[in-house]
Amino acid sequence: MKLNRIGVGAIALAAASALVLTGCSTSGDNNGSGSGDGAGIVTANGSEPQNGLVPTNTNETGGGRIVTSLFSGLVSYDAKGKPRMDVAKSIESSDSQNYTVTLNDDRVFSNGEKVTASSFVDAWNWAAQVSNKQNNSSFFEDIQGYNADADSPLTGLKVVSDTEFTITLNQPVSDFELRLGYSAYVPLPKDATKDITAFGEHPIGNGPYKLDGDKAWTHKERIKLVKNDTYKGPREAKNKGLTIVFYSDLGGAYADLRSNNLDVLDAIPDADLASFQKDLGDRAINQPAAIFQSFTIPERLAHFSGEEGELRRAAISHAINRDQVTKVIFSDTRTPAHDFTSPVIDGYSKDVEGSDVLNFDEKKAKELWAQADAISPWSGTFQIGYNADGGHAGWVDAVTNQIKNVLGIDASGAPVPVFSAFRQEVVNESIQTAFRTGWQGDYPGLYNFLAPLYATGASSNDGKYSNPQVDALLKEGLAATSIEDANKKFQEAQTILFKDLPAIPLWYSTVNGGYSNKVSDVVFGWNSQPIYEDIVKK
Amino acid sequence: MARYIFFRLLQAIPVLLGTTLLIYFMVFAMPGDPILALFGDKTPTPAQLEALREQYHLNEPFIMQYLRFLGGIFVGDLGTTYSGQPVISVLQSTFPVTLRLALIALILETVFGIGLGLLSGLRKGGASDNIILAFSLLLISLPIFVIAFVLQYLLTFQTSIFRPTVGEGAPWGDLILPGIVLATASVAQIIRLTRTSVIETMGQDFVRTAYGKGLSRGRVIPVHILRNSLIPVVTYIGTDLGVMMVGATVTEGIFNVPGVGRTLFQAIKQSEGPTVVSFVTVMVLLYLILNLLIDLLYAVLDPRIRYVK
Repeated sequence: MKLNRIGVGAIALAAASALVLTGCSTSGDNNGSGSGDGAGIVTANGSEPQNGLVPTNTNETGGGRIVTSLFSGLVSYDAKGKPRMDVAKSIESSDSQNYTVTLNDDRVFSNGEKVTASSFVDAWNWAAQVSNKQNNSSFFEDIQGYNADADSPLTGLKVVSDTEFTITLNQPVSDFELRLGYSAYVPLPKDATKDITAFGEHPIGNGPYKLDGDKAWTHKERIKLVKNDTYKGPREAKNKGLTIVFYSDLGGAYADLRSNNLDVLDAIPDADLASFQKDLGDRAINQPAAIFQSFTIPERLAHFSGEEGELRRAAISHAINRDQVTKVIFSDTRTPAHDFTSPVIDGYSKDVEGSDVLNFDEKKAKELWAQADAISPWSGTFQIGYNADGGHAGWVDAVTNQIKNVLGIDASGAPVPVFSAFRQEVVNESIQTAFRTGWQGDYPGLYNFLAPLYATGASSNDGKYSNPQVDALLKEGLAATSIEDANKKFQEAQTILFKDLPAIPLWYSTVNGGYSNKVSDVVFGWNSQPIYEDIVKK
Repeated sequence: MARYIFFRLLQAIPVLLGTTLLIYFMVFAMPGDPILALFGDKTPTPAQLEALREQYHLNEPFIMQYLRFLGGIFVGDLGTTYSGQPVISVLQSTFPVTLRLALIALILETVFGIGLGLLSGLRKGGASDNIILAFSLLLISLPIFVIAFVLQYLLTFQTSIFRPTVGEGAPWGDLILPGIVLATASVAQIIRLTRTSVIETMGQDFVRTAYGKGLSRGRVIPVHILRNSLIPVVTYIGTDLGVMMVGATVTEGIFNVPGVGRTLFQAIKQSEGPTVVSFVTVMVLLYLILNLLIDLLYAVLDPRIRYVK
């Protein structure tokens, strides 16, 4: 059989063009959704949320920045991390264990539904159930009735009236009110949990912004929010909307910022760290962030248990020249650590007793190491494990070189190819080296930087550290009736941590960013994210 | 002819099954726990871990996961991403963008590649030939990300002719710059292929005959020389289209193009099995169809080639 060759050509051409045309037509839908890029809309960088936009399921910054813009809780944080009343009119407690919450009467969701006591109680109760698989369910663990292993109603929550409910905790929690500004504690509309997947795609909130129509979220590309005119509270938006563009590569985002195609950027690509302050002038931002970085030497490693381990950890800590590393490797975009928390947190102190273990001191380091050798002579190589896909090689090499030079031992980095594999080795304790650890605060309180990491059996206690004294002090701090008293206890706990060094503090991250010449009033909050609602677009 | 096409399509079935099985296995065997990675530096509770593993069927044995995926294909369900989006809608939003990008690059590389290659071949040894050869050598030796960064810098910061990254909905205009970058490497290859092929064809008897019959250069060059020189070039362009459909990871990353390469790269990093395999399946399908089209085009270009079986 022979086909006319013009015919075959025509078929091929038709097939090819069909392929192309279908491509073009489907993409047409992506355009022209919502009310479009109007004047007064601020554009900012972000990343595709890892989960649907359900507040109790969002535990990473990509979704977090969107969720906090869409929802408002009982309290919200100001730029310094101080809580202020938002949906709540008052939160009262005499013993830090029983709370009475009174709500403002005039708050509504963007669909018109009223925000009532049940909007909070039902949402929290739903999120605390194991079978609902919410990533943030552990935030409800202090409320009476919570069970991490099985479904169990939060009996500590009681609706009194439409505008009032009570919270009973398992134990006094002095910083509970402070925690309530975290996005896990926001209210949900009545029907949200009926189909949570659909809700996560088209969330209806009570925050300063709402989604810009049905097609506001173009997955992996951008999400468009507009001002929510029904929002009443301290976070009212001073611009008409917020478009968050998801960048795969920071370089592109930075290029967009410099050509004023992007209004706010909250990270600077590594290659431009040294020059961005010059590039952007007074539109550059470099301020401390609530991010603490360290490495952990678990007790189970040979030579690192008991008194010998204590000496060796202190020696290693003294052997690290933090000033030099933050200057040379990070171009001053990290600041040397003076404790286990972060300078942006209320109660932070540079001079907690025992913090001199973080000072660079070659002589002391050698001395301590020699004392440890007297107990049991050192053998082997000291290694710090890290994930190779996160840009950690530079500082790990620098730190291990310092340790090597000061202590005269073999030391090196131990890269694990990808982050998921690294975390797996850490969590199931198969990693046979020290490893990098870090913590970003969920809410601006000292307790949040200490308890989840160093309390016995805590969820992120990767080194399996346990010291009854620390546990007791943390508990006493929680039971205090004022934040000031609580913070004193937490600092005492830190003094013990400086002796035990369950993690070797390295530095705090700073947030590096900038904004375009089309916006003003750009302030970054305690959580290193721009306070979007305050930005004014020229 | 129709039989030939039918058998080629039949061959595609085992190829598809084989590739999906292989890819699924590779994703499965990747190190690390994707669920743990979702929590960053924090550690989820065991109950949370268990619940999420169950939701994504990660605690089932490999073969069960694979069969579940295969079964899903027949009912149009390719699974969901970790952000809860159906994979099929990810495919629908990314492939058109990459297709547009590839098309721009394809047009550019075809026009410039064949044009310059023909010119260079016809003027073999002349000044223009040497200049074009040197130019193509330069393009071949530059890595694509260097070209991308340099062009991004020159054409956006310095002159602001283009936007540095692709805007909303990836409109055609914004895709021109990444399209140029994507085309540069292939342009050089096409120039060289065309040139060699044209020189070879010019020495053929039928070209001499054509001139001998008194045909004009304007007739001989396009109809006799160029058309007969195109077979290797068409093969190259065809496979290149396939490559561009799947492999523009670097370019898409730099210009923030919401296309296939960028999405696939992220999915691989997150060990998102269903997304990776679905993408690869579509890519394999595209490769097979493109290869078939190329083979059919041979018959158009060279009447001596016939598919009779």
